Amino acid sequence: MTAAQAPLLQVTGLTMRFGGLVAVDSLDIDADRGRITAVIGPNGAGKTTVFNCLTGFYKPTAGRLLLRHPTRGEVELQRLPGYQVARHGVVRTFQNIRLFPSMTVLENLMVAQHVGLMRKSFFSLAGLVGLKGWRDAEGQAVEKARTWLERLDLLHVADEEAGNLSYGMQRRVEIARAMSTDPLLLCLDEPAAGLNPRETQALGDLLLSIRAEYGTGILLIEHDMSLVMGISDRIHVVEYGRKIAEGTPEEIRSDERVIKAYLGEPEEEEMPAVVAQDLGNGGEARP
Amino acid sequence: MGALVDLGTFLQHLINGVTLGAIYGLIAIGYTMVYGIIRMINFAHGEIYMIGAFVAVTSFTLLIGLGITWVPLAILLVLAASILFTAAFGWTVERVAYRPLRNAPKLAPLISAIGMSILLQNFVMLTQGARAKPLQPVLTGSFTLWQGEGFTLALTYIQAFIIVLTVGLMAGFTLLINRTSLGRAQRACEQDRTMAGLLGINVDRTISLTFVMGAALAAVAGVMVTLYYGVIDFYIGFLAGMKAFTAAVLGGIGSLPGAMLGGLLIGLIEALFAGYVSSAYKDVAAFSILIIVLVLRPTGLLGRPDIEKV
Amino acid sequence: MSTTLAHRAKDGALAALLALFLSVPFVGLYTTSTDQGLSLATRWAWLPVIAAIVFAGRLALGFATDALARRRAAGPLIDIPEETGRKLGRGLVLAGIAFAVLLPLTPLSDRYVLDLGTTVLIYIMLGIGLNVTVGLAGLLDLGYVAFYAIGAYTYAILSTALGLGFWVCLPLAGLVAALFGVMLSLPILRLRGDYLAIVTLGFGEITRIVILNWQSLTGGTNGISGIPRPTFFGLTLDRRAPEGERTFHEVFGLTYSSEHRLIFLYFIILGLVMLAAYVVWRLRRLPVGRAWEALREDEIACRSLGINPTASKVSAYATGALLGGLAGAFFATRQGFVSPESFTFMESAIIVAIVVLGGMGSQVGVVIAASFIVLLPEFARDFSDYRMLVFGAAMILIMVWRPGGLLSGREATIRLVPRAAKKKEAA
Repeated sequence: MTAAQAPLLQVTGLTMRFGGLVAVDSLDIDADRGRITAVIGPNGAGKTTVFNCLTGFYKPTAGRLLLRHPTRGEVELQRLPGYQVARHGVVRTFQNIRLFPSMTVLENLMVAQHVGLMRKSFFSLAGLVGLKGWRDAEGQAVEKARTWLERLDLLHVADEEAGNLSYGMQRRVEIARAMSTDPLLLCLDEPAAGLNPRETQALGDLLLSIRAEYGTGILLIEHDMSLVMGISDRIHVVEYGRKIAEGTPEEIRSDERVIKAYLGEPEEEEMPAVVAQDLGNGGEARP
Repeated sequence: MGALVDLGTFLQHLINGVTLGAIYGLIAIGYTMVYGIIRMINFAHGEIYMIGAFVAVTSFTLLIGLGITWVPLAILLVLAASILFTAAFGWTVERVAYRPLRNAPKLAPLISAIGMSILLQNFVMLTQGARAKPLQPVLTGSFTLWQGEGFTLALTYIQAFIIVLTVGLMAGFTLLINRTSLGRAQRACEQDRTMAGLLGINVDRTISLTFVMGAALAAVAGVMVTLYYGVIDFYIGFLAGMKAFTAAVLGGIGSLPGAMLGGLLIGLIEALFAGYVSSAYKDVAAFSILIIVLVLRPTGLLGRPDIEKV
Repeated sequence: MSTTLAHRAKDGALAALLALFLSVPFVGLYTTSTDQGLSLATRWAWLPVIAAIVFAGRLALGFATDALARRRAAGPLIDIPEETGRKLGRGLVLAGIAFAVLLPLTPLSDRYVLDLGTTVLIYIMLGIGLNVTVGLAGLLDLGYVAFYAIGAYTYAILSTALGLGFWVCLPLAGLVAALFGVMLSLPILRLRGDYLAIVTLGFGEITRIVILNWQSLTGGTNGISGIPRPTFFGLTLDRRAPEGERTFHEVFGLTYSSEHRLIFLYFIILGLVMLAAYVVWRLRRLPVGRAWEALREDEIACRSLGINPTASKVSAYATGALLGGLAGAFFATRQGFVSPESFTFMESAIIVAIVVLGGMGSQVGVVIAASFIVLLPEFARDFSDYRMLVFGAAMILIMVWRPGGLLSGREATIRLVPRAAKKKEAA
């Protein structure tokens, strides 16, 4: 995969207005397969709105969301209803976890494989009669689910109701569910929220291994700097709906505009050493 | 001239429709307020209106028996009695059938409400008899608005009374909701019940008062319908309730002005349809309009558009 | 939360006072129609009785709830290990099926019992159908009676006007109902839950009013009568056969009994119910059924996984409509006539009540709730005037007691580790 190749997802001029409020203003972002792209910025910067426009929950006021699908060619996502965006391989998780709470973890992962299974069940007719083709397909789906459960250390709760699990486990189920759809681009909305440092580290490792093994593109909204700086290939910084910086983690770390956006105007005196050092550490909390 | 008669007929239908609409609007407010504050369709509200009508009939009969026949006093006393008793019923219904289910899955209160509706209907049927109650006319006479060849455009005293009273109640209610602390408490509970409670608002009492107010308005509607039609039976709650709820949804459920607007529209549609197309299908007209409006504007005419929070 | 006797007494007294107040305009006073108009009469004697009942009832309720809470705090009410409980449940289901199948062959079955059983089965069928829409997919449908009516009238029209047989008309009626389900649902599926409810209610009422007034097609208030009954492979179950045909009892050498037809009808509806239950049970384990349940749980998450919510909702509606239509067709042929008064909103309300009381999504719950709803008024026959009153009160009480429905737990459709394997591990 050369750098010269056109990126999988190219967002140009994305604008979203709610009445008089401009949540996103002419944003350009791109994301690619095998790359981890992070979108960061202060709260209220419009990051989740970008996701919602991308995945079809909002209709953008203006802009072009171009997906270069390997088999279906170029698709403009902003014209598609939400579920079609997912069918084109762009799958997301949510800030407030949205599992199917009274269904088991395994069932959640089976629902994720709905589209393929629906076809194999031939509008349920093959399923009703119990044809071999259907039964094989279902077995394969269970196996795929099992793979992801194993990978995310969820095998022991496969038959538990998803709503009964701990927060950390629910987050993992959401990721497992999204990966069960074999996405091209995995969009994660604050996946590290509410996780302790050890869990965050495990998440980072997981995302890196997904990138390595499956070549899935990952688009990440996140506040946890240790995660962002640790695994991102490219970072876009958004403030008040506008992009203010873009680059590698090193570049972003030392970008003045970013620092100003997060910390405000520097006081007369120099930035406190503690803070500067923290930023130098990639945002890791000092012990 | 024929055209003038046509215009006259049209205006008469209009007057009838507005009167009907006022009645529907008063009932619709009860639905919309309850839905606004606890997101529940109070299926038994139509029965509350019916109870108001029955108390009115009984009160009128009592007053006539006692020899109190001066019309303004009689109507005043009947309104008072009806509001008092109906409000008590409304309060009790909430306490018994809905409050225990405040945090239950959404369909449980609905079934409870349907059960309460059946209970109230049969309670009235058993205690008052299944036959219709015809009341001797209380208030007769009308204002002649226009007199022409073979046609008279009239506004009966009852119609005038209904319209004036409704407008007055509407104004008073809007003031109540927007200017008083009760109104503020109610709006707070509508927006965020938990937070309102944490801020010291007595949520239970606010909700109870909402039911009581809705019941009071329904009682007024019940008195009006008794005066207007002169005959009631234990089944009027169902049909009127259905239409009033349609009106509330049409106007945008949760919106007070929407309820009045919706009521007015349903009343007009019904009167015009019955007059010009077919009396048998007039109920179909109201429902069909509702469906069309909702398909085009899912949150009703004056309802706030819902933006999904993802 | 135990309270003192004084507290309880005050509580009871207040309740009694309220009951007294509410009784004044209805129990205490009542109007009767005379030639001169309405006259007022009184029944004051009842008021103290009502007050006493409410007072005593409130006290008793307070004591009972406290005792129950104390007992529950000490441990579960009934202590059964999970495995045994499940085996027991399965055993009861099998016993129930056996009972239903063998009922007509037992001596205690007579016309009345068969009739009742058939009615229960019709409501079970309706409950299974609405359970797909409301229980599984979470779509509130308050106008389900429309599909019941469409199925019944389609069957009536097809069999009387076109002379088609039972086994042809039945599926056709179901398909017509399903078609209506698709047509009606498409424009309204964007609507949020409560709006959907009122619109479906509107559909139900519109259907009833149209049926009532479209004389030429539906016979208006008189309905359609003379609907032929199903035959046993061409053999009619009447006492006498029309020209050139033979009767059932002739061929099988039995003395004619009107029960034959009743038993035949009973087995038809039993077969339909079991087929419907099985199909729905299977559908739950297929992607389409899982999508329904996922839709109920979280529609937004469904969209994010590629599930088309409209297609899913329409399929749920259509399936429910199909089953409702089949029930209606059977109803038509069983009664021999159809009229609009069988298809009021109250029917829709009762069927919704069956689904919710039974526990959303639970088919066994539907069976229990349907039986309860049909049989309760029968057992209270002596108090026939009070039947509906008690019915309404019962609905409220059951909902307050168990808001999730009688069987509110959900059985998973697929397990990674089958239960039997788990047991072996533990052993």
